[in-house]
Amino acid sequence: MNPELSTSTTAQVLRSLPKRYGKERRFRLLGLCAIVLTMLFLIVLLGTIFLKGWTAFQQTHIRLDVYFDPVRLDVKNLTNANYGALVRDSMQRMFPDVEGRSNRLQLNRLMSSGAAFALQDMVISSPEIIGTTRSLWLPADDEVDMLIKGHTPRDVPEAMRRLSDQQLVWIHTLVEDGRLEKQFNGAFFRNGDSREPELAGVRGAIMGSFYTLMVTLMLSFPIGVAAAVYLEEFAPKNTFTDLIEVNINNLAAIPSIIFGLLGLAVFLNFFGLPRSSSIVGGLVLTLMTLPTIIIASRASLKAVPPSIREAALGIGASKMQMILHHVLPLALPGMLTGTIIGMAQALGETAPLLMIGMVAFIVDVPQGMQDPATVLPVQIYLWADSPERGFIERTSAAIMVLLTVLLIMNATAVYLRNRFERRW
Amino acid sequence: MLKQTVSLAAASLLMLGAAQAQAASGGRDYISIVGSSTVYPFSTAVAEQFGKTTAFKTPKIESTGSGGGFKLFCAGSGVDTPDISNASRRIKKSEVENCEKNGVKEIVEIKVGYDGIVLANSKKADQLKLSRKDLYLALAKEVPNPDDPTKFVANPYKTWKEVNAELPDIKIEMLGPPPTSGTRDAFIEMVMEPGCSEFDSIKALEKNDKDKHKATCQTIREDGAYIDAGENDNLIVQKLEANPKAVGIFGFSFLDQNVDKLQGSVIEGSAPVFDSIASGDYKVSRPLFIYVKKAHAGVIPGINEFLAEFTSEAAWGEEGYLAEKGLIPAPKAERKENAQTAKDLKALVLE
Repeated sequence: MNPELSTSTTAQVLRSLPKRYGKERRFRLLGLCAIVLTMLFLIVLLGTIFLKGWTAFQQTHIRLDVYFDPVRLDVKNLTNANYGALVRDSMQRMFPDVEGRSNRLQLNRLMSSGAAFALQDMVISSPEIIGTTRSLWLPADDEVDMLIKGHTPRDVPEAMRRLSDQQLVWIHTLVEDGRLEKQFNGAFFRNGDSREPELAGVRGAIMGSFYTLMVTLMLSFPIGVAAAVYLEEFAPKNTFTDLIEVNINNLAAIPSIIFGLLGLAVFLNFFGLPRSSSIVGGLVLTLMTLPTIIIASRASLKAVPPSIREAALGIGASKMQMILHHVLPLALPGMLTGTIIGMAQALGETAPLLMIGMVAFIVDVPQGMQDPATVLPVQIYLWADSPERGFIERTSAAIMVLLTVLLIMNATAVYLRNRFERRW
Repeated sequence: MLKQTVSLAAASLLMLGAAQAQAASGGRDYISIVGSSTVYPFSTAVAEQFGKTTAFKTPKIESTGSGGGFKLFCAGSGVDTPDISNASRRIKKSEVENCEKNGVKEIVEIKVGYDGIVLANSKKADQLKLSRKDLYLALAKEVPNPDDPTKFVANPYKTWKEVNAELPDIKIEMLGPPPTSGTRDAFIEMVMEPGCSEFDSIKALEKNDKDKHKATCQTIREDGAYIDAGENDNLIVQKLEANPKAVGIFGFSFLDQNVDKLQGSVIEGSAPVFDSIASGDYKVSRPLFIYVKKAHAGVIPGINEFLAEFTSEAAWGEEGYLAEKGLIPAPKAERKENAQTAKDLKALVLE
């Protein structure tokens, strides 16, 4: 090559350099923009959820001096006693000059209907308190709660509020006396669903999600791993196994409601398992997560270097020993990660559960896999559709609970991977 | 690790087996209710009260829509089928026949109260005073040609003022439920049809061309003036707040809960407030029902007691907790009659 030409090539390259650097800078900038934009969306989303939802972790309570009147509480028939009357008597003693039926009705509406249930539980668990007076913090009605938290306005004409002027005066008096304050909302974590926002909790949904996911995990993990091991290590490579592979990949992309329809036809109509129970939910979600687990497990089996297999076989291990003693332990972290991601997906699923009756109002916290149950995302959906304003903040709070559970599951996946992963 | 996996698999198989054995042998000790999403908020309130004040378990309530509810309800008689179906309309003859075919012979019908369908807009705008004729003209897909009422044209009205000179000069923007919703069916039946019957040319159609009459009266425009806002009424409330020009269609309980943000539109001279709906002055209201399988009473524990709770004055009366949730109580005589039906479990006879 003659030197002149080479210098002209260098010159050409030198000339094009700024342009190429510029291109790279723009490319990097675009990538950065994408990240910033996604972060921004995430912050806005989480921010609104948090801002709307954090107030739900507090609940307005009113301190009542309750006299457990022996006249009203018949020791022989404590379940059917009129506990609402105890609450009304206490309110009446606090505001003795309230007269007339409609005024008293308005006064009593300040308290939640849950106050009477709380008294009922107290008396039944320890009947010796009958005849004494106790000072108790009892939940206030959701309208009072919304007013105190500032979700409903005070300074508008009476017709535009759900609380009357008189009720506002009483609330003011209660605040002045230190008888009304916001406290930690333990009921939100203790109770099942309720139609009263102040009594509604996520316990039932959390337990439902727990049982459902247990069934899913217990079934999908062993089946998924076994299927992956067979397909990867034993199955011959022919058209039939190719067909199976294509089908597994397709199943992973099928809309989840199809699995719900299948569950309705097979588990409910054919096997006659109880409708709305977490066992059926778990079975349906197993079908849904199996492809995910099989694909992840096969990928992690493929990632085990062939040298490990050859070494094991070379020193005389049988194929089964090779798989059980060497390949599986090395592939397990990847399989677990895949499983947990599949579980996280199952945790957020509502569509297939609609078909098998798990989208339902269930108050009692499920005690086992047979009991009717609902799951966290369904609870969020049901609350989002409720007219009472108190449910708006509770919806966001339930989303926060769901996100926390997801975060814990994903953190476990990362931890397991780091703990057991072998690099070579 | 592997041993654990194997034992997990074994445990899960065992549990599955046990579960099936139990399911096959055991009955159900809670009431199962399905049906209308409009009755759902009331039914759930009664169920909760019932569960907390009696020794029975709290009933399980699914919101499946009236039609879906009847399908499940009529699938057969036995513990694996629902005991009660909620409905925001009366059961159809075809559904009763389907029930009978599947062995559900005796059904008890209880009218639990009324639900008002309201039109509302933001408090930032003026309250609308509408007639059913105005609403028909504003929302139908085809309307009589203003120049020649015997001919029909695609809806030309863009603003409320064009529909009726007394209405404000703002664009027609209506947010309402999708075609699958019972609320929309009721709205068409109670607003659109009476509205369109006020035109002589359409009345004439009823005699000559029934299909055309039905299409003219029942089809809602699709040019963007009516917007499907989905089944979530809370979403409609939020959108109305953000856009004062829009008008929404939803159940009375959502207006009742949002009196600080929304105002109901006056229809045919009466505003959608509790008293006017209860007295029947407000025209757009529909009865709500629950249907009970008579054969299940006595088999599933608590059905009689649940009905007693539902039909008690403390629940469905004028001052009851259901009124608090937005149910419009039936007149006293009607309540008395239905409570008696519930008590005697008098089976429904369709004429």
